[in-house]
Amino acid sequence: MPLSRGFHGRPRRPEVDPSRVPPGQYVTNDFPVLSAGPTPRTPLDQWSFTVQGAVDGGAKTWTWEELNALPQETFTVDIHCVTKWSKLGTTWTGVSVDTLLEDVATTAEYVSVYADGGYTTNVPLEDLMDGKAWVAHTFEGEPLEPAHGGPARLVVPHLYFWKSAKWVRGLDLTIDDEPGFWELAGYHNYGDPWREQRYWSD
Amino acid sequence: MGAVVAGAAAAARITWREARVVELIDETPSARTLVLDVPDWPGHDAGQHLDVRLTAEDGYVAERSYSIASAPEDARVALTIERIDDGEVSPYLAGDVVVGDAFEVRGPIGGHFTWRVGDGGPVLLVAGGSGLVPLMAMLRHRAQARSTVDARLLVSARHVEDLLYREELEALAADPSLSITYTLTRGAPERWKGFTRRVDMDMLQTVGPDAVAMPRAFVCGPTPFVEAVADALVSLGHTAAAIHTERFGPTGS
Repeated sequence: MPLSRGFHGRPRRPEVDPSRVPPGQYVTNDFPVLSAGPTPRTPLDQWSFTVQGAVDGGAKTWTWEELNALPQETFTVDIHCVTKWSKLGTTWTGVSVDTLLEDVATTAEYVSVYADGGYTTNVPLEDLMDGKAWVAHTFEGEPLEPAHGGPARLVVPHLYFWKSAKWVRGLDLTIDDEPGFWELAGYHNYGDPWREQRYWSD
Repeated sequence: MGAVVAGAAAAARITWREARVVELIDETPSARTLVLDVPDWPGHDAGQHLDVRLTAEDGYVAERSYSIASAPEDARVALTIERIDDGEVSPYLAGDVVVGDAFEVRGPIGGHFTWRVGDGGPVLLVAGGSGLVPLMAMLRHRAQARSTVDARLLVSARHVEDLLYREELEALAADPSLSITYTLTRGAPERWKGFTRRVDMDMLQTVGPDAVAMPRAFVCGPTPFVEAVADALVSLGHTAAAIHTERFGPTGS
């Protein structure tokens, strides 16, 4: 790798544990916003969350009140955006995807996550199960702001954060893998930050 | 959203290449253009960005993304980088780098915030500060392709000396199918003919085109700016799917 003449970088921050920072990422205390279009604003009385697609017995839908009546989990995770920033120790509250899939029987192996604004992103079903993903509505104790995906976004912290769809409205369980919005626009199909899977050819 | 990978670079893997600085242009007190020679650059669409990788002597590596300012037709790749005072990479690129220095780049990246003359118009480009950079690539592309697609550019900056590419834009504005409007939010010089306030619905309506003309809108700038402009466009009746946004910086909240 060629050296960059005269580049020293920022003094290494002793408070940052390097083992928590994936390759090519830097740690920020900000919470940058990346979205492809305007921020949608669905009133809570018109909001719902649906699990549909290859589901035996048909789709299941929760209203905002019903989602909030489900068991809630508060969890602290590191998040990694493909645009290079990582944010360590973020605390969220929401419903585990395990809870939403509890009574769902399916032969699907993939999920097309869909959201207000037409956004979709694809994730293998197993990556959303066993405590790896949540539908979160609260960030650091406050209702999640619309710019950050409120009223609710998916949080899948072990993948690049574009997989954590903002303004999430449902999971479409699919037999085949169906690349979503950024996956069709040149980004990696799976998006593991630890393997630096940013773009389609990584 | 049709092809798996949009644009000219469909077949090329996104690999690191060494870029050599062949020219430096001071644009404003805080922004500088780096003109790069990138052997085997696969080409890009206007609006795309690339990744820069710097390596320090102790092996420390820093990566950042920057919008491409040059047209796809240009032989060289240009970046215009705004210096962020407490930044780690931008003070180096916008300040320390000299002609002849090299670093790694890879790209092009991003298949959403792009415009090609073949996509047609009208187009509405709204820039906050250095958010002008990817929009400039679109206007340079439009000029090189001799396109007469109806294009409107609205640039918001704090002070007149913060305006990027002013002379070049003035020359481009000789084209009657391109309109350029400026607004300064922190004071204007005497005899200033542009606006002197933040972008709002009235200003967007004046710049046009009207929502019924269904323009493709591209909005780039700091997060609060893009949030406000995109919300205003939605309120004016523009279709959300026709509003392309690119945000940078912290949320400001």
